[in-house]
Amino acid sequence: MIEVQGVTFFYPGTREPALENISLTIRPGEFLAITGPNGSGKSTLARLLNGLLRPGKGRVLVDGLDTADAASLVEIRRRVGMVFQDPDNQLVAATVEDDVAFGPENLGLPPAAVRQRVAAALEAVELADLKTRPPHRLSGGQKQRLALAGVLAMEPVYLVLDEATAMLDPVGREEVLKKVLALRREKGLAVILITHFMEEAALAERMLVLNEGRIILSGPPADVLQQEEGLAKAGLKAPAIVALGKSLRQAGVKLPASIVTVEEMARALWKLASGK
Amino acid sequence: MMVELGQYIPGTSCIHYLDPRAKLLGLFFYGLALLLAPTGITASLTGAAILPVIVLAGLAPSFIWRQLKPLLVFLVIIFFLQVALTPGEIIAAIGPLRITREGLDYGIMALARVFFLIVAASVLMATTDPLALADGLERLLRPGQRFGLPSVELALMLTLALRFVPTLLEEAERIMRAQVARGATFRGSQVKNLMPLIIPLFISAFRRAEGLAEAMEARAYRGGKGRTRMRELHFKPADYIFLLLAVLLVAGTAYYRLGFGS
Ligand SMILES: Nc1ncnc2c1ncn2[C@@H]1O[C@H](COP(=O)(O)OP(=O)(O)OP(=O)(O)O)[C@@H](O)[C@H]1O
Ligand SMILES: [Mg+2]
Repeated sequence: MIEVQGVTFFYPGTREPALENISLTIRPGEFLAITGPNGSGKSTLARLLNGLLRPGKGRVLVDGLDTADAASLVEIRRRVGMVFQDPDNQLVAATVEDDVAFGPENLGLPPAAVRQRVAAALEAVELADLKTRPPHRLSGGQKQRLALAGVLAMEPVYLVLDEATAMLDPVGREEVLKKVLALRREKGLAVILITHFMEEAALAERMLVLNEGRIILSGPPADVLQQEEGLAKAGLKAPAIVALGKSLRQAGVKLPASIVTVEEMARALWKLASGK
Repeated sequence: MMVELGQYIPGTSCIHYLDPRAKLLGLFFYGLALLLAPTGITASLTGAAILPVIVLAGLAPSFIWRQLKPLLVFLVIIFFLQVALTPGEIIAAIGPLRITREGLDYGIMALARVFFLIVAASVLMATTDPLALADGLERLLRPGQRFGLPSVELALMLTLALRFVPTLLEEAERIMRAQVARGATFRGSQVKNLMPLIIPLFISAFRRAEGLAEAMEARAYRGGKGRTRMRELHFKPADYIFLLLAVLLVAGTAYYRLGFGS
């Protein structure tokens, strides 16, 4: 469990807090989406979860380990894996397999164990065939899957994706997101997905909306995405499918208000059309 | 533009299979032998020891030539400086230029040293994966850790450079195209003309470095302390034989240097 307890955070030399009095619990295996406008504090929150930043006020506990305790940082970073936005800034080695090895090497694992983890992680993201290729000769989607493998090789419990798909084209975005969700199913990883795409957030079990360093909405996407006013305050808009549902309901079609994804809509319409 | 760094040519020759540490030490001994060789002829003969290595590595003469070509002018200058500036027994005079026997000998010696060292370094680069080379260097420098030499960090720096040079080159090309689209020309070699390229490139490199440092920290990097390596290096009999030959070469030239050979 990751526990964020009353955290306020100021960047050095700033007067406005980047995050203010945030409390939040993330369970193992959970799928949490975090959205919010630019500068709302999403990345700051992500960096607090693995101890890249320490809270000014409050505490962050990862499975009971305090991120303010320097002695726990390696274990915290092993547990909370993080994939960043720019694929080119997070790959460190000259070949795919050496890049995946970087994390386990930092954990001080013996060479045989590192090799075994590298092989397993590359298998999991379907990059085993490209293991000797230099990262700059991969596609954007492949690069992000490689970054994912680098994190998986540390056998994390939580996976934080800070707009990890933002620089990819739609195909690459789907490729990475699908992989992440499959990994969650197979390995029981918790996924913390930071995203500007409401369609992606709608897939989560729970979502948070940040605005100016505070949590303004939180709950299942089916609830949060119905709150037009709250979303508008943060400059956000529910996915088109929510508006479509609303229009259809106003026109008298009997659809539940909880529909937030295309799949759910398709299923509901099919049910209606086939007369149950 | 596909940029491949170094001149590594993957292959399966016995030279490819040598331990990178053995090859690095071999290059060191070879350089030492070249320095110890006291005359033009001994330096050339010592240098010729690289020839069987080239043959065994299966490298084409055209490859060696490509490595040397950019340095040709430099080699010629070294040779003529030695020839022109060494006093001694005059054997020929062209205008004001006096060529001495000693000058000719020094010229050949200097030429042989630089020429063969470049050739040997190219052979090392051509037959060794740059990553293995960085690893080998790290292991060789490891004893220096006790005296504060950051060998792990040095090797990491080397691999990071290997990783990022292609990315930065791609970026330079992108910036250049963007500037050309805005009417810039990159003709002429004046630094002034390159500023619109260099400044954005620097800014982007610093931004990348910042992101990279964060990503490395997120992957539990905390300096060389406690860090292990996936690639293991093992000395094989061939490595010992190779090193023995290199040491014999040094012993041979030292023998001549001390005057026993003449
Ligand atoms: N290194 C820094 N130094 C000072 N202020 C910072 C720094 N990084 C972020 N901030 C400020 O903190 C606030 C929150 O930034 P943060 O990067 O967490 O937002 P974000 O929600 O991730 O935005 P984006 O959607 O643009 O990624 C912003 O006001 C930002 O200007
Ligand atoms: Mg951000």
